[in-house]
Amino acid sequence: MTATVWVILVVGAVGTFLEWWSLLSVAHRAASVPPLVREALRMIPAAALAALVAPAVLRGGSADGGLALLDPRLPAAALAVLVMWRTRNILLTLAVGMAVLLGLQAIS
Amino acid sequence: MLAGIRDISPVVLGMAPFGLLAGVAAIEAGLPAWGANLFSGAVFAGAAQLAALDLIAKDTAAPIVIGTILIINARFVMYSASLAVHTAGESAGRRAVMAYLLTDQAYAVTIARVTEDPRMRHRFPYYAGAGGTLWAFWQLYTLIGAVGGAAIPDDVPIEFAIPLVFAALLVPAVTDRATVAAAVTSGTVATLAVGLPANLGLLVAAVAGVTVGVGLSRSRGVAA
Repeated sequence: MTATVWVILVVGAVGTFLEWWSLLSVAHRAASVPPLVREALRMIPAAALAALVAPAVLRGGSADGGLALLDPRLPAAALAVLVMWRTRNILLTLAVGMAVLLGLQAIS
Repeated sequence: MLAGIRDISPVVLGMAPFGLLAGVAAIEAGLPAWGANLFSGAVFAGAAQLAALDLIAKDTAAPIVIGTILIINARFVMYSASLAVHTAGESAGRRAVMAYLLTDQAYAVTIARVTEDPRMRHRFPYYAGAGGTLWAFWQLYTLIGAVGGAAIPDDVPIEFAIPLVFAALLVPAVTDRATVAAAVTSGTVATLAVGLPANLGLLVAAVAGVTVGVGLSRSRGVAA
């Protein structure tokens, strides 16, 4: 456990608690969120998740170098998304994605 | 409380791969097994934990990792507001417990239950039963993942499981034109901005995605 990890752990935990606690703490006022803020919060899951997925898939798992469109990660992720879209089963999605990546790496 | 435990049970099983991965990812990031569980106890939010551990494994600067955790967990502000309306009579101590146990799943089952039965009594025990059960299993899964993760051979690209889980979670998060635009913008910016120092591209991309998404939904005047 490095100092950096401790800082992330403590500040991340306090910050997350403040988000959990934010509006529960003013429950007696029956808080309501302004529409603009509500819309922004609604966009966050899609935006944050896409930012995590896209580079990992399109750059072949490494930050340096260019786009890696022929990397087996792209078909693996594409098939996984298809499985999720059809089944909404995370475990199956994970299994198919990993199997495709492992299979394509084995034959390449 | 028993009703809460019963309603959350199916969810607990589906959470297993996610929780195991939180343990494995902690080991991959160089944390000891107890550190994995400490992380699961402190942050207790799967997607944020996985993203943070992935960034730690890439030696990302602390402010970027913390920013990423807070952005991913920002949806809890919305849940917090929604729950607050239904728990107006509870004490501050109970509301603090509710805040700590707040997860997508505990929120979802509780809101479904309260919506079904608006005059429902014993809301706090119900929520605490659901949230507490989830918490206990989350710790158990993390521990199993952290201990078992060391046995995974080095040539298996297990780190790819993290973007795969995020890709899976992205599917239900994309519900209309505005969320599609947010995802496409953010994904594009993140891919192009990989060169920015310390994974700063991630935060820039998320902000760009949210801005485009909000702009689109506002200009169309749809409040979905």
